[in-house]
This record gives sequence, C-alpha cells and structure tokens, in this order.
Amino acid sequence: MGNYWTAFLVGGFICALGQVFLDNTKYTPAHLLVGLVVFGSVLTGLGWYEPLIEFSGAGVTVPVSNFGYILTKGVMEAAKKDGLLGLFKGVLEIASAGVSGSVIIAFFVAILFNPKC
Amino acid sequence: MKNINKTSDQYKKIVSKKQPPITKARNIINAFLVGGLTCIIGQGLWELYILLNLSKDNAGTLSTLTLIFLASLLTGLGYYDELGQFAGAGSIVPVTGFANAMVAPALEYKQEGLIMGLGANLFSVAGPVLTYGMVSAFVIGVLIEVFGG
Repeated sequence: MGNYWTAFLVGGFICALGQVFLDNTKYTPAHLLVGLVVFGSVLTGLGWYEPLIEFSGAGVTVPVSNFGYILTKGVMEAAKKDGLLGLFKGVLEIASAGVSGSVIIAFFVAILFNPKC
Repeated sequence: MKNINKTSDQYKKIVSKKQPPITKARNIINAFLVGGLTCIIGQGLWELYILLNLSKDNAGTLSTLTLIFLASLLTGLGYYDELGQFAGAGSIVPVTGFANAMVAPALEYKQEGLIMGLGANLFSVAGPVLTYGMVSAFVIGVLIEVFGG
C-alpha cells in the first residue's frame, strides 16, 4: 500500500495535473471533481486502480478519484454476488462510510460555524 | 466599456491569458506540494490506524473520514479558503477539497434557511460528484456484466 514517498509523488502529480486542467480550461473545480470521480471509476473497471493503490497507497486513495474506485468496486462485487440487483445494491456498499460521513460531518460543521464576513 | 459585463468565469479566463507563464508554473508546484503533503498525512493516518489494529480497509476508511473531518473544521474556521488561494488544485483534488465543497456553500447559504439554504447547498458540488460517480459506477458494472470482464 505504498509509502510516504510514493504517496507524496503520485498524489502531488495528480493535483498538479488538476491544476493544469483548471489553469488551461474554462472549467470549474466542480467539473474537475466530477471528472476525477468518473476517471477513477473507469480505471477501476479496467482493473488498474487496485495496482495503483498497492504502489502509491494514499497517493491515490486521498484524491477524490478514490470515490469512483469505491463506488465501482462496490458495484462489481455486489454484481458477482447478487447479479442484476447487485448493480443497484452495490453502489454505496463500500462508499457508504465516506458518503454518509462527509454529509454528517459537513452538516454539523455548517450548523455550528458561521461564515466569516 | 464592452468588457464590463463579463461573468466571473470569463474574467478568470482573461486573467489567466494575461498571466505570465511563471505564475502558472508556480501554481502547479504549489498544487503538487500541498496535494502531496495531504496524501502524506493520509498515508500517515492510514498506517497509524493499522498499528491500532484496524483492518487495512477499515483503517483506510477511517483515515478518509479523519481528513474529511479536519477539512470541514478548517473550512468552518475559515482557514481552508486561505489554503485554497495558495494551493489551487492541491486543495481541491484530495478528499479534503470534497469536504470543503460541501461545507463552504452550506455555510454561505445558511442564512437562507436550514432546509433550502444549508440542506440544499450542502450538495451544490457534492450532488454532481455523487450523481456522476454513482451513474458511472453503475454503467461500468453493466458493461462488465455484459462483456463478462
């Protein structure tokens, strides 16, 4: 699952690519996030994401492309087990903690704090 | 006077065209450094949780949640936006940027009410991300079923 160096280099490289994308197109950060998630999903379908994690650890699990990975991995595993129904059941199976966690944490922070003026 | 009605997107484009290449290079280096450091923190948390006897998968999930918590808190305190000014994509691409993209609009629109202000705007960026993430995961699952990957 990688080490500090591979995490730094690979993670930094993905962020640098993101910066090139933002600086040279008219797209917004939201487009970048969506693109990365779909990209991670496609790489997972091709079977390339797992080896990337083995090599670079948090370098590919911290970038949001990892959302695409866990969503797609969930679908693929559930489809093996439950067939067609699994295509629906699996989407949030692994991703549940990340999705629910970010909604719950973001909610309480937004409740407790007020915007800086 | 014809330049006065530009939207902020168009304005950004004009600015980026006029920016000297050295600024763009610096943007990329800053993004690399901050993004890389965020991943190092993620790696450290992951290895720490494994040391605390969590399974590899659970430790990874908990380190993601920790990063989400830290980024949400820094957003609430107003520090994440300052980091974003410096780091650009280095503060957007990691999952911390996703957390920031939930908390920041929710805070900003809080005054419009807890339901349509805070509740709806929590998903102004996370909504598209989840929608396209879930749909692409589904489509890829279908493709693998059909073509027997």
